[in-house]
Amino acid sequence: MAAIEIRDLTLAYGDLKVLDRLNLDVREGEFVVLLGPSGCGKSTLLDCIAGLADVTEGQVHIGGRNVTWEEPSARGIGMVFQSYALYPQMTVRGNMAFGLRNAGMAKSEIAERIDRAAMTLQIEPLLDRKPAALSGGQRQRVAIGRALVRDVDVFLFDEPLSNLDAKLRAELRVEIKRLHERLGNTMIYVTHDQIEALTLADRIALLRGGIVQQYADPRTIYMKPANLFVAGFIGSPAMSMLEVVTAGGGTLRLGETVIDMEGYDGSVPAEAGRRLILGVRPEHVAIGPETGSDRSARVDLDEPMGSDSLLWLTLEGQTLSARADPDHGLTEGDQVSVRLDPARASLFDAETEIRL
Amino acid sequence: MSDSARSAAADPSGPVPTGPRPRRRVSRGNVMLYGTLIVIAVYYLLPLYVMVVTSLKGMPEIRVGNIFAPPVEVTFEPWVKAWGEACTGLNCDGLSRGFWNSVSILVPSVVLSIAVSSISGYALTAWRFRGSETFFTILIFGAFIPYQVMLYPLVILLRELGLYGSLWGLVLVHTIFGMPILTLLFRNYFATVPKELIKAARVDGAEFWTIFLKILAPMSLPIFVVAVILQVTGIWNDFLFGVVFTRPETYPMTVQLNNIVNSVQGVKEYNVNMAATILTGLVPLTVYFVSGKLFVRGIAAGAVKG
Ligand SMILES: Nc1ncnc2c1ncn2[C@@H]1O[C@H](COP(=O)(O)OP(=O)(O)OP(=O)(O)O)[C@@H](O)[C@H]1O
Ligand SMILES: [Mg+2]
Repeated sequence: MAAIEIRDLTLAYGDLKVLDRLNLDVREGEFVVLLGPSGCGKSTLLDCIAGLADVTEGQVHIGGRNVTWEEPSARGIGMVFQSYALYPQMTVRGNMAFGLRNAGMAKSEIAERIDRAAMTLQIEPLLDRKPAALSGGQRQRVAIGRALVRDVDVFLFDEPLSNLDAKLRAELRVEIKRLHERLGNTMIYVTHDQIEALTLADRIALLRGGIVQQYADPRTIYMKPANLFVAGFIGSPAMSMLEVVTAGGGTLRLGETVIDMEGYDGSVPAEAGRRLILGVRPEHVAIGPETGSDRSARVDLDEPMGSDSLLWLTLEGQTLSARADPDHGLTEGDQVSVRLDPARASLFDAETEIRL
Repeated sequence: MSDSARSAAADPSGPVPTGPRPRRRVSRGNVMLYGTLIVIAVYYLLPLYVMVVTSLKGMPEIRVGNIFAPPVEVTFEPWVKAWGEACTGLNCDGLSRGFWNSVSILVPSVVLSIAVSSISGYALTAWRFRGSETFFTILIFGAFIPYQVMLYPLVILLRELGLYGSLWGLVLVHTIFGMPILTLLFRNYFATVPKELIKAARVDGAEFWTIFLKILAPMSLPIFVVAVILQVTGIWNDFLFGVVFTRPETYPMTVQLNNIVNSVQGVKEYNVNMAATILTGLVPLTVYFVSGKLFVRGIAAGAVKG
């Protein structure tokens, strides 16, 4: 078990700074997910922690030791890749033994560890097969096994489930979570699937352009996004963004409508006339007469999604989406009263895009 | 595809055809195609036929003048002579000396050039170092410089190294001249290997040589086969370097063949010349026949994903 500290890490290819003075602390035994759009530097950051990329500036500490310039194999890490990266000419057993043999471990010890890992991951019948004779899910199990036998303090996953179909992905996701609970290792997990991030993580680090936008537990990231980018990235269907103006006394004006922000956990600017953005998640918009609201919106579109229905509304000329019961009985063009929950909304400065 | 087969494939509800697909064997296109192929095949095979036939005749029969006629009296005398008795300059021990010279040039040259080039290709793909692109560009550029330009400087270089005239000098030359194209070949092939595989190996504690020998080389057998074939045929058929960089007693087979065929003394022994030529071509020929399929597969694998 080991904590990881990343200090002012910069990695540049020529003039392009892929990581820019990045700081990140991972506690011992913590499960941290690196999340962000494609090309934001997630894999690069993971490679820096693993020692597979030469950092331009800054330091990486694992277990209190500065490992910035150490070889990957000396860092006490195991890594699992999106493309499995199994050695094609070796059997499953050979794949798992490779790292141990390189470390000069005794044959009996190697066999014992492989058996133990194979039992954990239920790949015993596959041990003498070549990777080509395995399914995607089995291959990724073997890849996890290869990291497991090395008995490392830190597991690094780079989108391990992205090549699998939805059902297998859900299955292995649960398995990885169980593995973490049992082993208690520190794990860093890269994904751009927010469901994976929200279900697995103790904390999520959301990256954009090599900079950490927010580093917090999934609930906080979801409910209190630090800025507009995080708010837009997390949540599907996405948060609605409404342009509003402060009206003084803790109230906002949306066109002609006045919204009382009583109960909002941040601060609402006291001065009137300041432009803000009000973010509301679809499930925090209530509709129908029982809301007792006198604001009414027009129904534009109904998207049934099985368990519930996504209603696209127009309120004061702005688009708003609401999660509703699929039996709402509304059709396009109907007027319906809406109520926004101020306690669970987010207010952003229109200029800085930061949450207030 | 015939019309009926196409319409059946397009209409899944139609009757499912069973048994082998019917073909029209004798169509105008096929006649043209096979006709052309046969003509071309005959055109290329005819000289070989003449060579074989001539090499099996005695000189009196050759003097009759019909080069296409099969031998009336088959004799292996010319082959024996070409291999062990034909004279070049002062030596009268035939091509056998050249054969063994060629073998002792070929084996180390092939091994060395492939070892050096595969390692260069590996270093260039997996361990990009500062200036590796420049290095590669220069190397590739080397492939386009005519050999003749470098001949004289190389002679001087080898003389200074004390290798001029020795087999090892020639081995060195073959290794150097094999590098550009072979390095390109290996680099392109290794570039198709996922980067993550090498990353995984590094995490597993493998260093430079372990990754090459245990991971990369075993999964790249086709390209090694291609390289072996290219080098064996190329080096065996080499004449220019052989004649420039060796002495008469170390002449490779090709040079010796030339000396036998072009010798000005005495009568031209066409049958011996033909036998000698076939003997010299036997090695590359065998290589092609044995490994033709592997060769094509390896070339395709290297080219498509390059
Ligand atoms: N060798 C390289 N030379 C130049 N730029 C590179 C190199 N490797 C990566 N990059 C750039 O670094 C940025 C970050 O790449 P990285 O692979 O870390 O992204 P990522 O967040 O993992 O994306 P994805 O979700 O698509 O895997 C990208 O813009 C990429 O183009
Ligand atoms: Mg990535």
